[in-house]
Amino acid sequence: MGEEEGLHQTQLLDTMFVRGLKRKCFDGEEDIEGTLAGFKAIPSYNLQRQSLLDMSLVKLQLCHMLVEPNLCRSVLIANTVRQIQEEMTQDGTWQMINTQSAGQTSLDRLVSTDILCRSSKEQAEGKLVPVYSTFTKDCEGTQSQDNSEIMSTVTSPQAPRNLQSNMWEMENPQENRGNFQKSLDQIFETLENKSPNTVEDLFSEVDNSYYDLDTVLTGMMSNTKMGHCDVLETFPSQTTANSNSNCKSDLNELDHIVEILVES
Amino acid sequence: QTKTGVLKISHDIFLWSDIISTVEFNHTGELLATGDKGGRVVIFQREPESKNEPYNQGEYNVYSTFQSHEPEFDYLKSLEIEEKINKIKWLPQQNAAHSLLSTNDKTIKLWKVTERDKRPEGYNLKDEEGKLKDLSTVTSLQVPVLKPMDLMVEVTPRRIFANGHTYHVNSISVNSDCETYMSADDLRINLWHLAITDRSFNIVDIKPANMEDLTEVITASEFHPHHCNLFVYSSSKGSLRLCDMRASALCDKHSKLFEEPEDPSNRSFFSEIISSVSDVKFSHSGRYMLTRDYLTVKVWDLNMETKPIETYQVHDYLRSKLCSLYENDCIFDKFECAWNGSDSVIMTGAYNNFFRMFDRNTKRDVTLEASRESSKPRAILKPRRVCVGGKRRKDDISVDSLDFTKKILHTAWHPTENIIAIAATNNLYIFQDKVNSEMH
Repeated sequence: MGEEEGLHQTQLLDTMFVRGLKRKCFDGEEDIEGTLAGFKAIPSYNLQRQSLLDMSLVKLQLCHMLVEPNLCRSVLIANTVRQIQEEMTQDGTWQMINTQSAGQTSLDRLVSTDILCRSSKEQAEGKLVPVYSTFTKDCEGTQSQDNSEIMSTVTSPQAPRNLQSNMWEMENPQENRGNFQKSLDQIFETLENKSPNTVEDLFSEVDNSYYDLDTVLTGMMSNTKMGHCDVLETFPSQTTANSNSNCKSDLNELDHIVEILVES
Repeated sequence: QTKTGVLKISHDIFLWSDIISTVEFNHTGELLATGDKGGRVVIFQREPESKNEPYNQGEYNVYSTFQSHEPEFDYLKSLEIEEKINKIKWLPQQNAAHSLLSTNDKTIKLWKVTERDKRPEGYNLKDEEGKLKDLSTVTSLQVPVLKPMDLMVEVTPRRIFANGHTYHVNSISVNSDCETYMSADDLRINLWHLAITDRSFNIVDIKPANMEDLTEVITASEFHPHHCNLFVYSSSKGSLRLCDMRASALCDKHSKLFEEPEDPSNRSFFSEIISSVSDVKFSHSGRYMLTRDYLTVKVWDLNMETKPIETYQVHDYLRSKLCSLYENDCIFDKFECAWNGSDSVIMTGAYNNFFRMFDRNTKRDVTLEASRESSKPRAILKPRRVCVGGKRRKDDISVDSLDFTKKILHTAWHPTENIIAIAATNNLYIFQDKVNSEMH
């Protein structure tokens, strides 16, 4: 039932979303097959939460080419982002992000988020011990050290608004991990230039067009006429009437996404 | 071999525009309308049962097809308005013609469906093709007579209700007074008179003064089947609001708020998303409401606001997969739900072309599949089972093998008989289901 094609799709998404995974170091384990079963050390709750946050932000940024975004979906994703931010603020881990060096890209953190699916009750039962990981490549070495740092740096949590802008600033990876990464960065950068203070700012321009990577993927696979895909294929001829649509200014980057999908 | 976060993609190739986006029986069940992503409406009519052909008991055949909506371009916003038909609602029949409302994201249209099976013949001045006769050939006067002709179904647009919505219309509902109807988008609900197209009355507005404060949207709405002043609307936070139009002009204050308190032990980052109500339907009796959220269907008693009186698990095995379903956006799928004619059985769709039925009296439930492989004409549907580890029976499907691209979002139940219409992507299945014998 489409096993080949399913595997093909799996490889695509693995490449795009789980690319950074193999570079991760968990207790020295490097034999990662790309499935949760392959991990001997389960990513920490914080890491998964961060991954969910990044995934949510990606979902909000990717724009539909022509059609207005689904407002219900956008609201639900934004609420999820807020929840994560609030929890991270209470944890003090929001502070942690600010103190870490740049060089981490959002894709690195897109690990499996299986743990997040468990209810808080299951977590409390000791299925995992939250670890305040430091989000650097040298997680092993500096962990014990940083634990004490965490305790001392937990002051009164900053208002979510400031933290949000700090997070935007942080997203300036120094490496390029392929064309998809580049386009993500551009989207984050353009948002930074607009200096959004909160995730709510995304709604102030809710009428702008959005791209939906999911729709793109689906469209590529089903090989059908789709408003979204058709437009992606005819990029150069699109005219943009709305000068505020920063998403549209990244049309070239989406060309690269299409190339990645088609080449594979 | 499936990996975490990635789910099977269907092997089928079909036209995007053929995907069915709504299904609705009319009030007698004689007609069944479907709308698709290409903006077309197809109406099926049930053949009258005849003794001569006992196997032809009430089959549905195509009655009429027409293009309801076309794609539009909003030049001001540089955005395309999809022609996809979001909802169809039939008006109660008041004369020989049938009428229905169809809507896309922005515009609602009233269509009149009429039959023509006779035509006049024997005009004095025109010939059979309609050309003017040479008057010198006319020697006597005749009275034109009506002669039978092949049945022709004509559909004409009678009203176009445009420019009423800034956001995407998700529901329409005809009032029991048969004069008004309402349309709901993400943030507002409007009341229209069926005869007046240039204005509507805004009855609910939940748009915050500052869009940055937006945290909740309207997901569905419906008029009460008997009380023309009552309607309900559901939200993305899982609440239902029953409003009384007699209480005030702007129904921002609800008469009743139906909300189940969250179970703190079950809380996760996805709790709110899975609590979002995707569909709400009054029972035929008007006493209950049926809601669908991502994992359950719930029956609410209008007299009890604190919690539903019944909760049924549709596919609880997905609870541990919410992250993957969030990643591939399946968690945002909007499933509909339906009552049977006597309000004793409820039905809703799921993934892998499965749909579920719950008998409220016996508390038994069944999972059935709508697919060409398993449904030959006049075959009896075999109950399906999803196994979640542990013992696995012969025809069980494991959770990891479910095809999440095959989703049954739209289902409808005949108003009085046990006939159901199931939209499986681009295919329509009509089952005459012997409900009682299928339950296990």
